[in-house]
Amino acid sequence: MIWVDTILQGVLLGGLYALFAAGLSLVFGIMRLVNLAHGDLIVFGAYLILIVVSVLGLHPFLAAFIAAPVMFVFGWVLQKAVLNRTLGDDILPPLLVTFGLSIVIQNGLLEAFSADSQRISMGPLETASVSIGPISAGVLPLLTFGSAVLVIVALNRLFYRTAIGRAFRATSDDPTTASLMGIRPDRVFATATAIAMLVVTIAALYLGTRANFDPNVGPARLIYAFEAVIIGGLGSLWGTLAGGIIIGVAQTVGAAINPEWQILAGHVAFLVVLLVRPRGLFPRGN
Amino acid sequence: MVLLETHGLTARYGDFQALFGVDARLEAGETVAIIGANGAGKTTLMRSITGVLRNAAEQIRHKGVEIGHLPADTIMKRGIAMVPEGRKLFPSLSVEENLIIGGQNKRGRDLGDRIDSMIARLTGAPDPMELSAGHDGVGYWTLETIYDLFPILKERRHSPGTALSGGQQQMVAIGRALMSNPDVLLCDEISLGLAPVVIRDIYAALPKIRESGASVIVVEQDIGQAMAVADRVYCMMEGRVTLQGRPSDISRDDIHAAYFGEAA
Repeated sequence: MIWVDTILQGVLLGGLYALFAAGLSLVFGIMRLVNLAHGDLIVFGAYLILIVVSVLGLHPFLAAFIAAPVMFVFGWVLQKAVLNRTLGDDILPPLLVTFGLSIVIQNGLLEAFSADSQRISMGPLETASVSIGPISAGVLPLLTFGSAVLVIVALNRLFYRTAIGRAFRATSDDPTTASLMGIRPDRVFATATAIAMLVVTIAALYLGTRANFDPNVGPARLIYAFEAVIIGGLGSLWGTLAGGIIIGVAQTVGAAINPEWQILAGHVAFLVVLLVRPRGLFPRGN
Repeated sequence: MVLLETHGLTARYGDFQALFGVDARLEAGETVAIIGANGAGKTTLMRSITGVLRNAAEQIRHKGVEIGHLPADTIMKRGIAMVPEGRKLFPSLSVEENLIIGGQNKRGRDLGDRIDSMIARLTGAPDPMELSAGHDGVGYWTLETIYDLFPILKERRHSPGTALSGGQQQMVAIGRALMSNPDVLLCDEISLGLAPVVIRDIYAALPKIRESGASVIVVEQDIGQAMAVADRVYCMMEGRVTLQGRPSDISRDDIHAAYFGEAA
């Protein structure tokens, strides 16, 4: 029974990794931009929620509702003012610029909040659990996983059922022809990054409430996010959830065998999937 | 009434100059054909008019307004729609979605335009809403009327656009452009790579398109087809207009000379 429990915890952890990855996947899918600052943006979001919680004394969930529109506007301006200038045939400029952004965010946060680790307190919810037969699961991990599923359902609906989703896909296919349809690609990209920042805010909420964080934990979240996206197959959001779950399960199973193996097991699982399915589990078309 | 005109239009790709002072015009209700060999500058002319290539403002006028400097999306919202060379359907979109996207970005529908318009009023920058005024994108063409025009598209409406045959893809590209109810429809090489019987089917839609109120510019390599459908013809060579006139006034020898640059 311990193994069933371990795997369940791994699946729920996978929900968190999928949340880390969904924003990255969205942005990459639409504008082929690899955002190396994605992990740091999540940490930035966590600090923003922390500020709202401590200044206004709100519950973290309410604080996230206030942080979300701020992050949305921040994402829009970041894309429009900075990242759009880096997009083109050459893939190097966006990598360099987002790498630089990552350093700026980390050092900015260090300057403002010091290197002390922080935590967003959820009160009694942190230890609450529900029993599912003989195993029990934490309410917070269940909420995290539920949020990940909801985010992916919502992004899929946005992508395939709305006018802005059509504009996203058309611009991703061919920005020049999209502009002949009255679409302005730089605005579409800004909107996509803004929406990705909403997902980042949700990821930040669970990052900050699940464990301690400090200004330097971003790059490690980026690695998990990357691995989840690549395991799932670029462009498939459900694949990203599957990728997150695979890493989560590998980590908890690895940790159950030997606590030192937790992180390593996740990376090994990633390498194994790459070996067997180089394009990921659910690659998109062509 | 002159709907669209170019005046001394020049265009360049980096150091390479592709157009050398092109003067052309499209009257309301007309169909104009532009013919010429590969590299004559026909597609560059289309890219300049649609704003894919940006030019000096005064070199292109639409309904009397200078539009040479405007971006492609603003020009489209003014009522100039394009069927691009090579059809350029969006592979990620179904046939129906390809059609819908052609008409979904009408003037005033775009929140970004409204925000830009507000900013423009504060800063004195050009207002995109004003620049696209006078065309609301509403008219005869809807999904239903496009499906009436090309019934095969209704049957295939849920297929990916790129799963269709070349001729059917061309119908989607034409339908997609019509969905914005343009007053100017630009068709770049719509018969290229298609079988004669398919070309005939596609050109059979032209009278209906004209009836809906659109004036049409067709770019053609097929001289016979161009002469058959056009009210007036421009022949281009090496970035210049070398011949223009009504098909009835132009002889085969004139065209040969204008097309190849040699006396017949």
